[in-house]
Amino acid sequence: MMALGQGKDQMSIDSTTAETWQVGVFDALKAGGVQQVAFVPDAGHAETIARAIADPEIQDVVLTTEEEGVAVAAGAWLGGQRAVLLMQSSGVGNCVNMFSLLSSCQLPFLTIVTMRGDYAEFNPWQNAMGRGTQAVLEVMGIRVHRVDHAEDVAPTLTAAIDSAFLAGDRTAVLLGQRLIGRKKWTR
Amino acid sequence: MRTDTHPSSHSAVVRIERRDFVADLVARAPAGSLFVSGLGSPSYDLYAAGDRDLNFYLWGAMGGAVPLGLGLALAQPSRPVIVVTGDGEQLMGVGSLATVAARNPDNLTIVVLDNGHFGETGMQQSHTSRGTDLAAVARGFGIRNVHRVERPDQLSELLAATNRPGATFGHVLVSPDEPPRTMPNRDGSFLKNRFRTGLGLDPI
Repeated sequence: MMALGQGKDQMSIDSTTAETWQVGVFDALKAGGVQQVAFVPDAGHAETIARAIADPEIQDVVLTTEEEGVAVAAGAWLGGQRAVLLMQSSGVGNCVNMFSLLSSCQLPFLTIVTMRGDYAEFNPWQNAMGRGTQAVLEVMGIRVHRVDHAEDVAPTLTAAIDSAFLAGDRTAVLLGQRLIGRKKWTR
Repeated sequence: MRTDTHPSSHSAVVRIERRDFVADLVARAPAGSLFVSGLGSPSYDLYAAGDRDLNFYLWGAMGGAVPLGLGLALAQPSRPVIVVTGDGEQLMGVGSLATVAARNPDNLTIVVLDNGHFGETGMQQSHTSRGTDLAAVARGFGIRNVHRVERPDQLSELLAATNRPGATFGHVLVSPDEPPRTMPNRDGSFLKNRFRTGLGLDPI
């Protein structure tokens, strides 16, 4: 019997030591003038969420379901603020009808999606949405930038922020599971 | 045979006419209030009360009225934000009441016009006719200023409650009668840019 999480290349997410790229996510959002961070938590977003909560200039919005975050971002823009939605790939499926708000109103939109069911996945229940995430976003009119290497995170995010808030585009940055690392199943 | 358990069918002597109520709400809300309406009848009611640049009418995105109002309230803390929606739209996005309570902005007021039915689709009974009490739901999610409005004169109490700390939830029991449709503009991009311009913001 094979033990879980014992592979030689095991990378586990340790919430006590932030990966450099995770710090880069928050710094890019901050530099991009994002003032509302709406989220359904994911381990890959843990650092960004923690920093958003700690930052007095940013309003964090914890959501019960990801589609709320699409509407929160729309309301933020109506009121003159930039928002980001942080979610896991499974949450993209929850958003589909609410994405119609973005195209109907030609709203700027930025979401950062941490991937599951994408690379070295352990849980088969993640695979359906992991396989469909990019296609679902694109079919709903959202431009997708995918990142699998740490050095690409900040530049890609900065580009997506410009596309969203300068050109009014709808953009998603997918953070691949190769970047995030395997989930640690053993405690 | 199903029994209609909608509270208005038992207790209200004077059933609230939704259009009159929304007209009074708009007339008595503080100047410069920002209104968001949920799809269907609430958008027709808000438009019938008089079109304003600072009205944002939803024609879709069911369940999105309250979270959109939350993002707006957080972005515009000095202005009252009033979300007017129906029982069906609120039920679809019911978790957003927890999301509101977690931030609890003073300037956000949610007014649910509860007729106990899905008015836009053939007047099927909604959950509020089958046992759900949206005021209790809002309280359970952590919203502290929750007011049930069963008579038109209770609008004053609801407006007074909006001055207390935290978000306000008004559960307004309205007649299931359907007033004539009065339809606002349905170009979302136009409504968005008009709204932003009304706040002194550029379209992009």
